[in-house]
Order: sequence, then structure tokens, then C-alpha cells
Amino acid sequence: MRALTWHGKHDVRVDTVDDPEILNPRDAIIRITATAICGSDLHLYDGYIPTMKAGDILGHEFMGEVVEVGARSTLQHGQKVVVPFTISCGSCYHCGKHQYSACDNGNPADNQDIGRELYGQPMSGLFGYSHMTGGYAGGQAEYVRVPFSDVGPIVIPDGVEDEKVLFLSDILPTGWMAAENAQIEPGDTVAVWGCGPVGLFAVQSAFLMGAERVIAIDHFPRRLELARRFGAEAINFEETRTYEALMEMTGGIGPDAVIDAVGLEAHGFFVDNVVDQIKASMFLGTDRTHSIRQAILACRKGGRVSMPAVYGGFVDKFPLGAFMEKGLTLKTGQTHVQHFMPGLLNAIVEGKIDTTFLISHRMALEDAPKGYKMFHDNQNEVTKVVLKTDLAMAAE
Amino acid sequence: MTSESDLAKRLHDDAPPETSKTASPARALLAETVTINRTAQELYDFWRDPANLAGVMENIDAIEVIDRDRSRWTVKAPAGRTVGWESLITQDEPGRAITWQSGPDADVANSGRIEFKEAGARGTVVTATIAYDPPGGTIGQFIAKLFQREPRIQTRRDLRRFKQLMETGEIATAARTRKQLEEEQV
Repeated sequence: MRALTWHGKHDVRVDTVDDPEILNPRDAIIRITATAICGSDLHLYDGYIPTMKAGDILGHEFMGEVVEVGARSTLQHGQKVVVPFTISCGSCYHCGKHQYSACDNGNPADNQDIGRELYGQPMSGLFGYSHMTGGYAGGQAEYVRVPFSDVGPIVIPDGVEDEKVLFLSDILPTGWMAAENAQIEPGDTVAVWGCGPVGLFAVQSAFLMGAERVIAIDHFPRRLELARRFGAEAINFEETRTYEALMEMTGGIGPDAVIDAVGLEAHGFFVDNVVDQIKASMFLGTDRTHSIRQAILACRKGGRVSMPAVYGGFVDKFPLGAFMEKGLTLKTGQTHVQHFMPGLLNAIVEGKIDTTFLISHRMALEDAPKGYKMFHDNQNEVTKVVLKTDLAMAAE
Repeated sequence: MTSESDLAKRLHDDAPPETSKTASPARALLAETVTINRTAQELYDFWRDPANLAGVMENIDAIEVIDRDRSRWTVKAPAGRTVGWESLITQDEPGRAITWQSGPDADVANSGRIEFKEAGARGTVVTATIAYDPPGGTIGQFIAKLFQREPRIQTRRDLRRFKQLMETGEIATAARTRKQLEEEQV
């Protein structure tokens, strides 16, 4: 089959590799129809994530058609499914509590050592996202092996287009969980740092959960414009002093809840960010964290901090004093995708949530390397690249 | 109430002895604990049959069951060699614990105990404690390499595979093809 493989920093290629096979009773093989490039794939592309190996197949946002099932899979040949990016067993203690990304068993035993070393306890497996999270082949390919297919993939009703449901795999539940973690109360003002897909879905979700005002912060005009379409007020941090603006816009109180949807690759030429970038390039600490610092300072006393943004290691200058003195609450984590999928699928089918506005580019799988470069170089225009296996390669 | 003499025995704290920073017993001692979402009886039943264990343990060449209490273990060593011993169950507490000891001609003398404690809604707390004589002498050098590499990590990984099999019915693998899976298992 053809698959998008990682070979190093800014080096991804479409290679021919062996087709996946059923290896365990609960496995299914999915023929991919649509898959997307995620902002967090750019972390891999930029070489920020350790434990990658040359030839690894990327991709954790994907969907397709069931073509083969193991003896204990509950899927049926021909069903259309969206696959969650978290690989969770459904039978351990954490899955029982719907903390799917904390699954004890999704990550192969030998790969759990690194997670234990870094985080105290290993987390679940993830598709296409380094060997620390299992080393599973991802879905930017023609076919993928899906373990625990009886608890992960959600079956899509006939007649629903791929583009409407593809984002159930990651970014829609991630944005929704971000808003849920902000514990929004009716009348709240919520500030969201980062208007990438997760930030934009968090904006949409925050309004659905009863927020009166949402303030969206970014520096890409097109992304701010998308946030505005949902009713958010925009702050362009290149033109505006963000903290001062937030204080003025909230009567000097600060937002009731703040959501950091930026994380690892926080952009902007702030002194602390430049120091972070130097340290990151010297592997003295990988997490560049301006957005979370600013979010904590701006948040109102007793407010809530939600952090869907991906952080991998240690941070410097985390404003622990402000966090403690103001009595803030922080909720974060990789998304418990399986928990949110059924409700969000219903919301999509009922027309309460639209996700297709996000897609800026549609390309053939063969053009995936071009898609990565475009997404990396032009985040203003490129909000989401969807790769389709039935599209012809674009002419040079 | 904890008696005075029990308290005196504990010296400093209530942590398991194998987590001590200072203790240096004559035999190497390691213990690993995992919680498994199954009943103690189910886990005990699986462990009581040594033939089941080759599937969850790495580096096992063969486990040959001799009789109900005795089995012959052959373990892979570097350079295509193997080491072996006879294992004898010395104490059997159905549903609760199994204690074993290697026979007199063992290449690596070892003994151990696995305990299963019911933990309510969380399932069963499983603790494996293994003591072994770090092999010495020239003949023991390659054995030492195997056994002193990271026996603790090895045990931890074996318990994780045991947990995966008992909780999910299978052992997780990231392999994509049967060929890759076979390469992993060599």
C-alpha cells in the first residue's frame, strides 16, 4: 500500500510499504477514505517529538471502510467508521471511568517504560505519534490496522459525508473537552488562546455550553475571522497588548475561564519565548509556553484554566505563584475521544455542529508531503488539509 | 493495634522493604506490583499453570511441565545460548499466592512469590517478588549479562503483558504485519 512516512525533520515521503494484517482477535483493517493533517503532526514534522524512527507512518485523524475483522471485532465488513486517535482497550480501570487516554493496555508493554520514566505512569497508545505512544502505524495511508476495534471506531450512518464526521477522530472532541474542562457557567466570559482547529472548536463548544462571551486570541487574520463567525470577539496579539485588552474587555475582572489551545509551538517574539526557543533547540527543555503564562495571568481570581494544548516535557517560568495565589483550577489531558464521540456524532447529524468550515485544502494522499509543507509554511490560509485516497494527484 | 515489636521491626517507615534505598541483601531482590481488573481467583488460576506463562514472559525458550508442582524452565541467553533450571512450587495458597524455588542444579538459583490481593472495584493487586543469586565466575558472565541487564524492567514488562492478556484477552502490539510481529517475538 501507499503511506506517508516520516524520515526526519521536514522530510516526509509517500512510500510503498507492506499492507497491514489482522494480528489480534479484536483488530480490524480499515481502508482509509479520508484523513487529515493535524497541527500536532507539525510537531513531528518539526522534529520536536522524540522516539520517532525513519519509516514511521504518520496520521491520527482518519476514517474509512471496514475491510477485514478479527474474531472478536464487533465491526462488520463494509461499515463506514471514524477511528479515535487514542488506542484504548475498554476493559481496564481507567477505560471503565471513561478516561480513555489513560488506558493501561493500549500501549504495548515494552513501550510503556518511557512513559513511566517521563510521566510516572504510561498513557494509552496513539496512532502515528512516536514510539513513546506505542509506535503504531498511523492512518495517512491506504489501509490501517485498528486494535480494539470493538470499543474504538464509531459507525457512521449511511449517507453522511466523510467531511462532516472526519474530525470526530481528534480535534472536535478535543475542542469540546477543552470547553468542558473550562467548567463554563451561563454568563461566563471565556478567552481562548490559539484559533487552530482545536481553538475554533473550543470557541464553538463554549457558546453551546452557555458562555455569554468568547474572546479569541491569535495572530492569523483568517483564523480570527473564523472565530468571529461563531460570535467570538477577536484579539490579534501582534497588534494588541493581550493582557491589557482582556482586562479592559472584562471590566478589569479577567476572563472567568481561559483555554490554552496553543501549546508546544507558541509563536511570537516575546522575550520568554525566544529564551524557550533557544533552550528547545539545545534540548534543555522542549516546551515553549508563552500562551499558558499569559492565560494564567489574565484569568480572573478563582477562575478555571483549561489546557488542551500539547506539552511534552518541562516548562520554565510557569507562574505557579499567580496560579496558587489566585486559587485557579487547571484541567488538561489528552482527549478521552471514545467518551465524546457518540454525543458529538449526534450533534453533527442533527446539524447542531458544523465542522466542514475548517477545511481549506483537499488533496490526494500522494500529495501529502506538499500538504505538510503548505500547512507548515502558511498557517493563515491553510486551516485544515484533508487527504483523500480517491483523489487524483495534482499536476505539477 | 500494631504491636510495639512490629513497629520496632519496621525501623523507619511502612514502605515495602524492596523499595529501600539502603538495604543490600545477599541475594538480589526485586518486587513489582500491578493492579489487574479481574478476580484474584482468575489470575491465580492462570498463573498456577506454568504452561500459560511462556505467552506473557519475554526471553522464555520453553516451559516444560513435569508434574503439578514442578516445571523445567529454559530461558534465552545471549549468543544463542540458553540457561535453565527446575522450578518447584513450595507453597500453594489457592486464590491467594504461589511460592516457588529453583532446584539444586539451577544455572541461576532463584526463588519467588506471586500474591493476589482482592482490591474491590479496582480488581486485584498482584505483587511478584523475585530473589536470585547474581551469577559469579567466568561461566556466569554471560548469564550475568542477561540477568543483571534489567531484571526489574523485565519483570515489569512481563506483568504488563499478563495484565493485558487478562483484561483485554490479547497482548497489545504495534506491529503492522505478521512478519513484524514475529520479529518482535524473537
